[in-house]
Amino acid sequence: VTWLGDHLGEVLSLAVEHTYLAGMPLILGLLIALPLGWLARRYKALYPILIIGTGLLYTIPSLALFIMLPTLLGTKILDPANVVIAMTIYTVALLVRTVADGLGAVPEAVNQSATAMGYKRGRRFVSVELPLAVPVISAGLRVAAVSNVSIVSVAALIGVQQLGSLFTDGFNRAFMEPIIVGVVACVLLALIFDAVILGLTRMATPWQRAGTAPS
Amino acid sequence: MINRVLAWLTDPAHWQGYDGISRRLVEHLAYSLVAVVIAALIAIPLGLYIGHTGRGRFLVVNIAGAARAIPSLGLLLLAILWLGPKFSGDVAFLAPAGLVLVVLAVPPILSGAYAGVEGVDPDARDAAKGMGMRGTQVLRNVEVPCALPLIMSGIRSASLQVIATATIAAVVGLGGLGRFLIDGLAVRDTPQTVSGAVLVAVLALIVDLILACVQRYVVSRGLTGRYVTVPTLDADGATAPAPALQRSA
Repeated sequence: VTWLGDHLGEVLSLAVEHTYLAGMPLILGLLIALPLGWLARRYKALYPILIIGTGLLYTIPSLALFIMLPTLLGTKILDPANVVIAMTIYTVALLVRTVADGLGAVPEAVNQSATAMGYKRGRRFVSVELPLAVPVISAGLRVAAVSNVSIVSVAALIGVQQLGSLFTDGFNRAFMEPIIVGVVACVLLALIFDAVILGLTRMATPWQRAGTAPS
Repeated sequence: MINRVLAWLTDPAHWQGYDGISRRLVEHLAYSLVAVVIAALIAIPLGLYIGHTGRGRFLVVNIAGAARAIPSLGLLLLAILWLGPKFSGDVAFLAPAGLVLVVLAVPPILSGAYAGVEGVDPDARDAAKGMGMRGTQVLRNVEVPCALPLIMSGIRSASLQVIATATIAAVVGLGGLGRFLIDGLAVRDTPQTVSGAVLVAVLALIVDLILACVQRYVVSRGLTGRYVTVPTLDADGATAPAPALQRSA
C-alpha cells in the first residue's frame, strides 16, 4: 500500500496510456467491423470467408503479432502504433461475427415493414437494423474490451509503456507490490470499460427499458 | 527483413541442438498439451456437473468473466515471485508457470462444458427421460453428445490461450518457442525474434485447425448436418451460436 502511495502519479499515467492502447482499437475495430459484418450478412457467400479469416487472425498470439507487425508495416518496434494496430485486428476478429449475427437477429418482419414505409437500404441499415442490433454488438464489444485491456499488458515485453510495465518492472526487481497494483489496476480498468459500454448501450436502446418503468 | 527472417528459418543449424527450433517446438507443445489436458480433466467434469444439475451456475458465469479480465502476464510473473521460492531448481519456474497455464485454461473449458449442457434442447432431455434413461444415462448419451460443439470450442479457446501464454512464459526462463522471441528481443537479434513470432503464430494456427478437424469428426452428424442431403427447414442455415473465442494473452 505504501508503494502505491509513493507511485500513484506514475500508475495513473500508465493507466491513461493503457486506456488509450486498449480503447482506441475498440473504436477503430468497431468502425471496421460494422461494414464487414454488414457485407457478411448481405452476401451469404462472404460470411464463412470473413468469419474464418478473422478467426485465423485471432489465433495469432499477441506477443507474436506485436513483433511481426513492425516487420510487415515497416514501423519501429517501440512504436505504440503497433499495439494499436494489433489490438484493432483482435477487436475486428471478435466483432465481425457479432455484428453479422446481431444484424441477422433483426426480425425479417421489421425489415419488411421499414421497406414498406419507404426506407431505402442505406437508411434502413442506419436507423432500423443497426439500432436493433446494438444489444448483440454491445455484448461482443464488452468481451473485446475486457480482453483488450488484458492483452495490452503483454506489450510491456516489447517495451511499450502501460500498466503491464508494472509487471516487468516488479519482476525484474523481485518486488511483488507493483505487480499486484498492476493486476488490480488492469481489472479495475476492464470493469470501467465494461460499465461505460453498458451505459452507452442503455442510452442507445431506450426501448429496452420502456416496459420496466418503476412501480 | 523478410528475406533475413526466411534465411534464419531455413538455416538447418537453427533447427537442431539444445536450443534448436525442433526442441523448442516439442517443449512448447508439451507444456501446452499437459496444461490443457489437466485443465480439461478438472473443467469438463465440473462443467458437466453444473450444467446437468444447474447447481453453481453463478460460479461459472463469474469465474469466466473474471478470468478474462486478469492479465496473464501479471498473473504469471506474480506466481513466479510468490511460489518460485517454495521450490528448488528448474521446478521453481516450471511449477508456478504450469499452474498459471492450467488456471488460465480452466475457465474457457468450464464455461464451454457448462453452456453446452445447459443449452441442450429440453425436448431432447425430456424424451430421453421418457424413454426411461436415468440421470447419468441422459448425461452420457444425450447431453454430452449435444454439448460437444461447445465443449470443443472451449478446448480450442483454452489451447489458444495456453499457447499464447506459454510464449510469454519464456520471460521467466521457461523453454518453448517463446525463447526465440524473448532472447531475440534481449540481444536485438531481429531475424531471430521475428522468426520466433512466425513460428508461434503458425503453431497456433495449425493447432486450431487440427482441433477444428477433430471437432468436425467427433460431433454427431445429427447435430452438424454433415452428409444431410435434404435441405433443412432452418432457412437461415443457422447453427448453434458458438461462444466468442477469448484470450487474455
